[in-house]
Amino acid sequence: MPKAFTPKVVTANALLEGDAVWLTEDDRWTRDMAEAELLTDEAHAELRLLEASARASEIAGAYLADAQATDDGPAPTHFREAFRTRGPSNYPHGKQVDL
Amino acid sequence: MYHYNDFDEAFVRTRVAQFRSQVGRRIDGSLTEDEFKPLRLMNGLYLQLHAYMLRVAVPYGTLNSKQMRQLAMIADRWDKGYGHFTTRQNIQYNWPELRDVPDMLDALADVGMHAIQTSGNTIRNVTADHFAGAAADEVEDPRPYAELLRQWSTDHPEFQFLPRKFKIAVTGAEADRAVIRAHDIGLQVRRVDGKIGFRVLVGGGLGRTPMIGKVLTDFLPVEDLLPYCEAIVSVYNVLGRRDNKYKARIKITVHETGLDEIRARVEERFAAIRPAFDEAAMEILDDIKAQFALPAFRNAETDGFEAARLANPAFRAWTDTNLTPHRAEGYAIVSVSIKKHGATPGDASSDQMRVLADLAQTYGHDELRISHEQNVILPHVHKSDLPAVYAALRDADLATANIGLVSDIIACPGMDYCALATARSIPIAQQIATRFEELKLEHEVGPLKIKISGCINACGHHHVGHIGILGLDRAGVENYQITLGGDGTEDATIGTRTGPGFSADDILPAIERLVLGYLDLREDASETFLQAYRRLGMEPFKAKLYPPKEEQDAA
Repeated sequence: MPKAFTPKVVTANALLEGDAVWLTEDDRWTRDMAEAELLTDEAHAELRLLEASARASEIAGAYLADAQATDDGPAPTHFREAFRTRGPSNYPHGKQVDL
Repeated sequence: MYHYNDFDEAFVRTRVAQFRSQVGRRIDGSLTEDEFKPLRLMNGLYLQLHAYMLRVAVPYGTLNSKQMRQLAMIADRWDKGYGHFTTRQNIQYNWPELRDVPDMLDALADVGMHAIQTSGNTIRNVTADHFAGAAADEVEDPRPYAELLRQWSTDHPEFQFLPRKFKIAVTGAEADRAVIRAHDIGLQVRRVDGKIGFRVLVGGGLGRTPMIGKVLTDFLPVEDLLPYCEAIVSVYNVLGRRDNKYKARIKITVHETGLDEIRARVEERFAAIRPAFDEAAMEILDDIKAQFALPAFRNAETDGFEAARLANPAFRAWTDTNLTPHRAEGYAIVSVSIKKHGATPGDASSDQMRVLADLAQTYGHDELRISHEQNVILPHVHKSDLPAVYAALRDADLATANIGLVSDIIACPGMDYCALATARSIPIAQQIATRFEELKLEHEVGPLKIKISGCINACGHHHVGHIGILGLDRAGVENYQITLGGDGTEDATIGTRTGPGFSADDILPAIERLVLGYLDLREDASETFLQAYRRLGMEPFKAKLYPPKEEQDAA
């Protein structure tokens, strides 16, 4: 039996700043993962990734990252993706500055 | 040190202009990321977890004060006011914006620097002994040869698309401070019967399949250096595996092909291309050597130094750990620790860079080095100036007396920055250093090299750490494996895995058990961790590391 599809978000790095961004349902790139569109259907997720990848002048390296639904919106399931929502642990740099 | 000639200057400026145009076309949408990526990598620009990262080459780790000040200016103007010195003697900026990178490269070109071939499947920055030109045990300064290799390898048309990256290191002494046995080509300058030449090692490397380099020839005459290196890279370019990224480095080529067969092919290729290398390269080498002439060392009393040692215990402790014998009477090599307890290994603020530049200019014959152990070296300081140097370092938070000790840890950026990492390295290094500072034990423990990598690629050289730590992702959780007995010197050895790994919470207590356990196991205070490990083997250390459960609970 094929593995069950786990929910995803489309994420990438912003072209100019290079920081992590996530794709929203209304086709914006957000810097707050909680605003991202949570993709629960595999075919739809693949389609959204294709659409995102086509936006070459806005982002680089789009991919599907595992995510889970929370009351506040999509949240990371893996520590790597969690770090991307915050920044490095050795300095108060990156997204955590605004949290 | 080497100064760009008109050719170098024009070449680097042209490259910056090309890259500026490429960045412009990427931003206006004319280039896709797939098209742009190889172009940015050729110019040292990575895209990491939180931002772009620009890796700037510090050729063979040598800088002058003007260059160091410019690195500080770049950090302030286009980054977050600091830089990260790496295990390949480079500096990385972690927060540049794409639009600014061409300006950063122009600012580098202003002081004879660049970021060319700091990435990609090319011959990377040639590294060298960070004590080159100063060490008492040196046969000859290896840097002119490293510079010759840099000129030969930069934009070499045959070697822009190698099967994988290619790293060369050169040392001028029997004592290997450049880890040449863990490089694709390792060169050791030797003098045999009055003639200068090289021992050539090939196929060393760390990463997924760690290997110690093998001797291809014990003595290569200096005039054959370039054609012989070209023959090696050429043979690798043909034989190296392009079907599997994990088997593409020359260490695998040598392993699979056999050293004798590689040697035969290199000799054959060498014979074919040798005639094309005329005397021009040796004339260029002579010009380069003239630029690396030793500074005019001065004769002066060192009484003040001895008096300061007696008067100030903190200064004495610092001189005990951070100085190395110099070839010139009355001089010392100063290793400035960029490993303050609890700080990020290898990170220097722009203010600290400026202090280092000032010290080099005032007291150090205008020379600085970056070591592969992520420290900064003032290679030529007269002992009478050491009290003043120490005072200035202390004011800049740069006077940590820990060179070669537990807290002098190599750590790669790990998952705090790197897109390839599988776990974090920096916090582990910070915790270990902070803990041993609390225990006030590191001087008693003595020489001990801990090296941490945040993934199997081993940028943190964990395989050659006396204690190596490798961060992995085990089922979605950070996990740290320990290796013991590694050694990056002329006695190069790959460390051996102890057993099961430790969680992020358990790794610090594990390292503490290991180091305190060594204090129990050693014969006396003169036996180092590595010596004790070599005498006793893995088992007693393993017993310290993995005590029966009830003992752990009681502790």
